[in-house]
Amino acid sequence: MPNLEATWKEASWGGVVYEAGNSVEYITGGWRSFRPIRDMKQCTHCMICWVYCPDSSILVKDGKVVGFDYDHCKGCGICAQECPVNVKEPHEYTGQMGKVIQMVPETEFEGW
Amino acid sequence: MAKSIVKALDGAQAVSNAMRQINPDVVAAYPITPQTAVVQNFSQYVADGIVDTEFVTVESEHAAMSACIGAAAAGGRVMTATASAGLALMWEVVYVAASMRLPIVMSVVNRALSAPLNIHCDHSDSMGARDAGWIQLYAETAQEAYDNTLQAVRIAEHPDLLLPVMSMQDGFITGHGVERVEILDDAEAKKFIGTYQPKHSLLDVDHPATYGAWDFYDFYFEHKRQQTDAMSKAMPIIVQVGEEYGKLTGRKYGIFDPYEMDDAEVAIVVLSSTAGTARTVVKALRKKGVKIGLIKPRVFRPFPARELTEALKDVKAVAVLDRSVSFGAMDGAGPLFLELCAALYSYGNGRGPLAVDYIFGLGGRDVIPAYIEQVAQDLLRIAETGERGDLVRYLGLRE
Ligand code: SF4
Ligand code: SF4
Repeated sequence: MPNLEATWKEASWGGVVYEAGNSVEYITGGWRSFRPIRDMKQCTHCMICWVYCPDSSILVKDGKVVGFDYDHCKGCGICAQECPVNVKEPHEYTGQMGKVIQMVPETEFEGW
Repeated sequence: MAKSIVKALDGAQAVSNAMRQINPDVVAAYPITPQTAVVQNFSQYVADGIVDTEFVTVESEHAAMSACIGAAAAGGRVMTATASAGLALMWEVVYVAASMRLPIVMSVVNRALSAPLNIHCDHSDSMGARDAGWIQLYAETAQEAYDNTLQAVRIAEHPDLLLPVMSMQDGFITGHGVERVEILDDAEAKKFIGTYQPKHSLLDVDHPATYGAWDFYDFYFEHKRQQTDAMSKAMPIIVQVGEEYGKLTGRKYGIFDPYEMDDAEVAIVVLSSTAGTARTVVKALRKKGVKIGLIKPRVFRPFPARELTEALKDVKAVAVLDRSVSFGAMDGAGPLFLELCAALYSYGNGRGPLAVDYIFGLGGRDVIPAYIEQVAQDLLRIAETGERGDLVRYLGLRE
């Protein structure tokens, strides 16, 4: 983990980041104002959301989508926009018709 | 002292000869008058196989500096050259080079900025870039332009600095004026500049790192403070490199070049080629018993505030000659004057000379000895009466 409290004397010159791939340690989920919620029962695991997510925040295990990485999902809504599957039953979280992934205001969640 | 050969060269050829000896890993440049000759000569060295530089003929100056930044981040020794509108077009990435701490050396052959269109000398191009984070050296002659180019490599690459250096000479006056230039023996020049050990490299796949990354409000400020710190460490390194170069060539370089300053009661401060004209006038006036001196700053960034204040502390009146204007600044003064006033106010302990500014030579307007004599007369009157008069004046302007 980079030292986020580094003084100007300690910070790396020119902002060079020496630890490759450490952006995963920079928690950007706090930027999110809408949270993507998937209806797991109606998801076809087509992986379109995984392809489109610009922040690698669609979690996949054994060829199936299993959830979101909410530490890094910034709530852009691209996954909800690109999900090609419409629900046949009302969405299990929102109770609305529409896509398998739907965006829900963060204000509805605890700890906001 | 090291061997050298004497040649008749213009300032542009002198710099391209220094570049030939430096043999940079990468040169990316776009031609613009009056810098063209620098890279044109150098591209001939590339074509003839005299250097093994990767010469990138880019589509613009913005691309030139961008390519330099990439090559320098890859760990290469990198150079470019430009002037006027070319430097202006580079603007965005000129800052990037300094902020990423890439020791690029750029030769600037000073030329006015448009409009109206003008290809001749003034300092508005490099002075506009004075806050970009580059070290700035100004040369009076082709010899100095050559010498500064070699030294610039050592200064830029110093491990305590890693700052890019802009090395200036006056467009046409110096850049196209043929002079006697001593070119150091190739092997000696190469020994002086040494080999470059980059602190890190994009191509070092065993130690992968990210360059030029996003820098939020949580770190940007710290990185800017580091740049100020690096500038504050540059002066002793510039002096040390200048002394070492002096031992090698007999031409020692410092922060500024004082002439007849020991008992001077009035003084002129001017950059670059005009210092030659001013020196001739000072010499003639000294013969008549006038206690006048001259200071030719070589280093403008970092600005030698304490050193100039000290050098001027016993002088009654000083005239700064500015070859560019900071439009809208105090009374329309030029940058050299503004910096010097700030220095005298901050470090002069409430004493120090009365200071006036003369804007001169814009767009290549000639500066003749009679103008400098007029400045000397004004200074003597100010020193005698204690009355400063107009803060900013104009030399050679039709009024
Ligand atoms: S795009 Fe929609 S249906 Fe496809 S895997 Fe993602 S959530 Fe499931
Ligand atoms: S909202 Fe955007 S960042 Fe979050 S999972 Fe969907 S596509 Fe990725």
